[in-house]
Amino acid sequence: MTRLAFASLLALSVACHGSSAGKGGNVSLNGAGSTFVYPLMSKWSSEYQKSAPTIQVNYQSIGSGGGIRQLIAHTVQFGATDGPMTDEQLKEAKSPVLHVPLVMGAVVPTYNLPPLAHAIKFTPDALAGIFLGTIKTWNDPKLTAENGDLNLPATPIVVVHRSDGSGTTYVWTDYLSKISPEWKTKVGNATSVNWPTGLGGRGNEGVSGTVRQTPGAIGYVELTYAMQNKMPAGQVKNRAGQFVDATIDAVTAAAAGAVQSLPEDLRYSITDSPGEKAWPISGTTWAVVYKDMPAGPERTAVVSFLRWTIHDGQKFCAPLDYAQLPPELVARAEAKLDQVEPAPK
Amino acid sequence: MMTTDVAAPSREVPQRAKSLRRWGPSALRGWTTGDAIFRKACTAVGASVVALLALLVYELVRGSSAALSKFGFHFVVDKIWDPVQEQFGAATFVYGTVVTSVVALVLAVPLGIGIAIFLVEMAPRRVGTVIGFLVELLAAIPSIVYGLWGLFVLAPIVRDDVAPALRKTLGFLPIFQGDSHGVGMLTAGIILAVMILPFIAAVSRDVIASVPQTQREASLALGATKWETIRNVVLPYGRAGIAGAVVLALGRALGETMAVTMVIGNNPQIAKSLFDPGYTMSSVIANEYAEASGVTYLAALTEIGLLLFVVTFAVNGIARLLIWRMARERKARA
Repeated sequence: MTRLAFASLLALSVACHGSSAGKGGNVSLNGAGSTFVYPLMSKWSSEYQKSAPTIQVNYQSIGSGGGIRQLIAHTVQFGATDGPMTDEQLKEAKSPVLHVPLVMGAVVPTYNLPPLAHAIKFTPDALAGIFLGTIKTWNDPKLTAENGDLNLPATPIVVVHRSDGSGTTYVWTDYLSKISPEWKTKVGNATSVNWPTGLGGRGNEGVSGTVRQTPGAIGYVELTYAMQNKMPAGQVKNRAGQFVDATIDAVTAAAAGAVQSLPEDLRYSITDSPGEKAWPISGTTWAVVYKDMPAGPERTAVVSFLRWTIHDGQKFCAPLDYAQLPPELVARAEAKLDQVEPAPK
Repeated sequence: MMTTDVAAPSREVPQRAKSLRRWGPSALRGWTTGDAIFRKACTAVGASVVALLALLVYELVRGSSAALSKFGFHFVVDKIWDPVQEQFGAATFVYGTVVTSVVALVLAVPLGIGIAIFLVEMAPRRVGTVIGFLVELLAAIPSIVYGLWGLFVLAPIVRDDVAPALRKTLGFLPIFQGDSHGVGMLTAGIILAVMILPFIAAVSRDVIASVPQTQREASLALGATKWETIRNVVLPYGRAGIAGAVVLALGRALGETMAVTMVIGNNPQIAKSLFDPGYTMSSVIANEYAEASGVTYLAALTEIGLLLFVVTFAVNGIARLLIWRMARERKARA
């Protein structure tokens, strides 16, 4: 209920504040959406103001779905989402919406077992089996096959997943749907799904807390969160057959490996990417904007801010544990922005 | 009559008549106009509650119309909640809400009334003030703090100590069977019990304190012990008030969101054992509303809000009925 009240309050405040050019040529932009990108977004908005003092960017981290709803309701100039808009949502928006990749992130499996010599190696099959509930103990042959040296215990596996709707779940289930036909038909891919097994924790902290409290538990969290909290993270076998560690470079590699085959509208998914060094459970945060915004200081401000984020803004990614866009993708994102308003010569 | 009194001034004009002159007919007329305005204003304020409630129900029904027409009554009895396939049923959430609230009441009611009796009837004044203050302080702790404490402190205790002990002693009951992961309906119920305790204790304390001293003295004079006095005189006298406190606490337990969602395990299922995870109505709204997309999905979440409203309304109604009946019985006996 509080979320509901908050969302309507937000809509109200945005509507009252207005977003048009204020006095003295100042423009204040309103964006809303993904909570994943929020730390980076607030860094961006304060850094950007240093180079463009007349533009102020306000960002509300109300969740990707909320961001899309706000964009459709025209209460914000841009939304930010961890999953691309669905065809249904695009239809609802009436006028054409463009997807501009901003930054990348990843999801990693984390677990609670007695100290091990090295990270557990997960095959796609093993991950799907665990989350479908068919692999029930840590010494299942599907796990010991690749981890023979670890002497995994017979502890029962307790699956922990996000209970709140989340882009993290979207990326995780997107990956499982790609590598497991059974997952695809039985569960599917969304920000919330009908989990076959396990406990639900609220937010990254809820999942990591439950994993930490429960011996034998396995869960999934954002890479940034796992890194900042020094949580054990498993290796996963990618499509090229390599076991890779989850690092921000491996995430950028996933996008680089897939960039040739990305669809024209950039509503892509880079999970299970073919790159040699690619982390297979990678995702993207997109900015969503209307293609035919009316010309004016507002449109110029949105486009120049977003253009700045994919160029100069990218250097703020690594210190905050976000993965940068590969250069090939920056070029394609730039082309999208040009469709709204071409870069000043 | 009075005017003649006043018209004939004398030294013995009583004080009352003097003041009445000030309240003479014209002044009285002004006063009644003010009274009428006041009455209308109060009526408007009172009616606004009804209007607000009607508006709330209207909005909830409007928001959930897509789900209401698609699922109908099945929504209440279906157990599947699948946002991908757009299959929505709320039975598991209703079950979780009711079970956790009942567990909370079973734990908190005896404790809360016990605290109230101790504070009023037994504790030295100074001790009573301090403990009363501490109990009220419990109500001021934000629910997210309760939730995180529940997850990091209480859940391991439940898993390692409480659940095994219950299994050993009361394991023949189906509600105390199976393994515990720490998080689950029992943990949620315990957290809720702590959260509603101050409501029960504080209101019951005031109710018990308002029992006339003469009642106690009469009972003691008849040779009753302290225990008999409390059981046969004090508690029956304050029964309606204490029941009111319980209803208030129940309302809080039914609607509590954040603390519960941290410790209940958020798994929509109808499990017999209290050790198993469950899910509540308010939790699923808080968890999924922000990211929900699609008309049916949003409508289904709104319908859960409507259902929560109906359940709360029904539970409160039943509780009011009980209080009313109790009060009538007492009158009949008196």
